[in-house]
Amino acid sequence: MIATESLSKRFPRVTALDRLSVDVGPGVTGLVGANGAGKSTLIKILLGLSPATEGRAEVLGLDVATKGGAIRERVGYMPEHDCLPPDVSATEFVVHMARMSGLPPTAARERTADTLRHVGLYEERYRPIGGYSTGMKQRVKLAQALVHDPQLVLLDEPTNGLDPVGRDEMLGLIRRIHTDFGISVLVTSHLLGELERTCDHVVVIDGGKLLRSSSTTDFTQITTTLAIEVTDTDEHPDGTRAVREALHARGVSVEDGSGLPGAGHVLLLTAQGEETYDVVRDVIADLGLGLVRMEQRRHHISEVFTSTDEREQRKEAVGHGG
Amino acid sequence: MAVEHSTGTAAPAPGDQTRIHNIGYRKYDGPRLGRAYARRSLYSQSLRGSYGLGRSVKSKVLPMLLFVVMCVPAAIMVAVAVATKANALPVDYTRYAIIMQAVISLYVASQAPQSVSRDLRFKTVPLYFSRPIETADYVRAKFAALASALFILTAGPLLLLYVGALLAKLDFADQTKGFAQGLVSVALLSLLFAGIGLVIASFTPRRGFGIAAVIAVLTITYGAVSTLQAIADAQGSGDAVPWIGLFSPITIIDGVQSAFLGATSASPSGVGPSTAEGVVYVVVALGLIAASYGLLMRRYKKVGL
Ligand SMILES: Nc1ncnc2c1ncn2[C@@H]1O[C@H](COP(=O)(O)OP(=O)(O)OP(=O)(O)O)[C@@H](O)[C@H]1O
Ligand SMILES: [Mg+2]
Repeated sequence: MIATESLSKRFPRVTALDRLSVDVGPGVTGLVGANGAGKSTLIKILLGLSPATEGRAEVLGLDVATKGGAIRERVGYMPEHDCLPPDVSATEFVVHMARMSGLPPTAARERTADTLRHVGLYEERYRPIGGYSTGMKQRVKLAQALVHDPQLVLLDEPTNGLDPVGRDEMLGLIRRIHTDFGISVLVTSHLLGELERTCDHVVVIDGGKLLRSSSTTDFTQITTTLAIEVTDTDEHPDGTRAVREALHARGVSVEDGSGLPGAGHVLLLTAQGEETYDVVRDVIADLGLGLVRMEQRRHHISEVFTSTDEREQRKEAVGHGG
Repeated sequence: MAVEHSTGTAAPAPGDQTRIHNIGYRKYDGPRLGRAYARRSLYSQSLRGSYGLGRSVKSKVLPMLLFVVMCVPAAIMVAVAVATKANALPVDYTRYAIIMQAVISLYVASQAPQSVSRDLRFKTVPLYFSRPIETADYVRAKFAALASALFILTAGPLLLLYVGALLAKLDFADQTKGFAQGLVSVALLSLLFAGIGLVIASFTPRRGFGIAAVIAVLTITYGAVSTLQAIADAQGSGDAVPWIGLFSPITIIDGVQSAFLGATSASPSGVGPSTAEGVVYVVVALGLIAASYGLLMRRYKKVGL
């Protein structure tokens, strides 16, 4: 779908992309990076709208430097910023954008009606966009990217500004773009956690450099960290220690949650899948302790590297996760 | 978790993008008409928008009203000419737009920002450029649309005058020639005013500022030019009058048409530029139109995404 080769983009003051080589296949791919990592810059280059300083990139097998028009006919784009005029209805707006993509008038109207229904806009679509909630606006932005039935959509931070429910709905929708509509997706975010659940593949960039590109199954195995905290009992005056030892005996490695609130009472362990949860439950029950909390920690991009051999690399590349 | 990712039995085999996946979503395999079609669509949408068509009732009021105001004097002149069996129309075809310049300026000031400032202010421009159309397509479509809208506004009343003149049985050859000269003049005026209006509007995304800036540029230049011309004329340096006229859009049109389109100059002295000076007028008019186009291109190259 997308291939870049040593792609760089330098602005007078910053290097937005630094010799990035990455391959993106069909399916849903997450592009993760902190603010300023170069995500939006990459998308602009892929759309053929901004020339790369050096290197090459291909989208759907077409060179971005020479085939921009052909690429843009087959690709959809949802920008990160607001882009909707408030004084027209979603229907009028999306019909217009469909025609700008080359759809004949009748097809533009039919596809608009279909697409708005697929993204979950019904009666509202005849009202001016100015009165929409953020969630509805994001859906309109998504609809205009899908209306011409592209082969690939580039979604720049589609969950931006959404509350947790809206976020989940948007992520579900993105998943369906691939499974139900057969359209491949490149979606950016600065949260790895939310993309893990949605994507088949995740590409992490930082400072314009590729940090990692791998399928999400790899990621979840590495990154699901559990924090647990237990009560003490008479039998086990130091419950935390008892759990650590018991877990250790069963082959689960545990770290102290020294950086966390309530340090000394919090244990961090890496979940290898459903079994780990069962082991923890059994261990605590056997010891007769009470479980104060067990939570799955939110992953920040930097955490991807804490429990891997890339720890050193991370220290150089990311500095500290925030 | 990881498991749910791979649920899609509907997931397409790599390269197989045209298969119909779930019931409900229909693939589109109809025609994609490309750049030229998109540019035409943008042109017609913008032209219709300049008269509020396809937009809210509120947006229809002003352009429609200005069109009516533009036509009413022509209608009255025609009625009088027919009723009194006059042997000439009260004004030349070429003079009509000069008389009505305030209405034309108001129209440009209201519709140029409507046409381009909204796309800039609401950041819709990147959505256009993420599609097959390019900067030049966008600029040409917008330019052509506003120029066409202005031509409708200025040629409409001329048509009314012409039809009225024929009804009043005035000389056919005379009237046709005058009408044709008038049409050429307003065509040039439409291009010039559209260019100036769009450039100003594209640099003032806030619509209110855009309106004020267009009105200011058109009226202040005209006010300054005609004052200076009057002073020059009164002080006996009438030679300067034609050169001063090069500094406001409407006096440029006046100069061109008094040199080449059989019009009498509306300048204070009533004397238009000579043929040689007229050539300069034409060059300046065309130069300004080209410069507007160039500035718009530069402006939109910058906006990009
Ligand atoms: N037109 C430009 N001129 C100069 N610098 C730019 C330009 N566009 C982007 N940059 C810089 O390039 C870097 C990458 O920007 P980019 O917008 O691609 O980041 P991003 O990953 O999309 O970030 P965010 O999460 O904030 O959207 C930033 O340091 C930014 O300041
Ligand atoms: Mg960005």
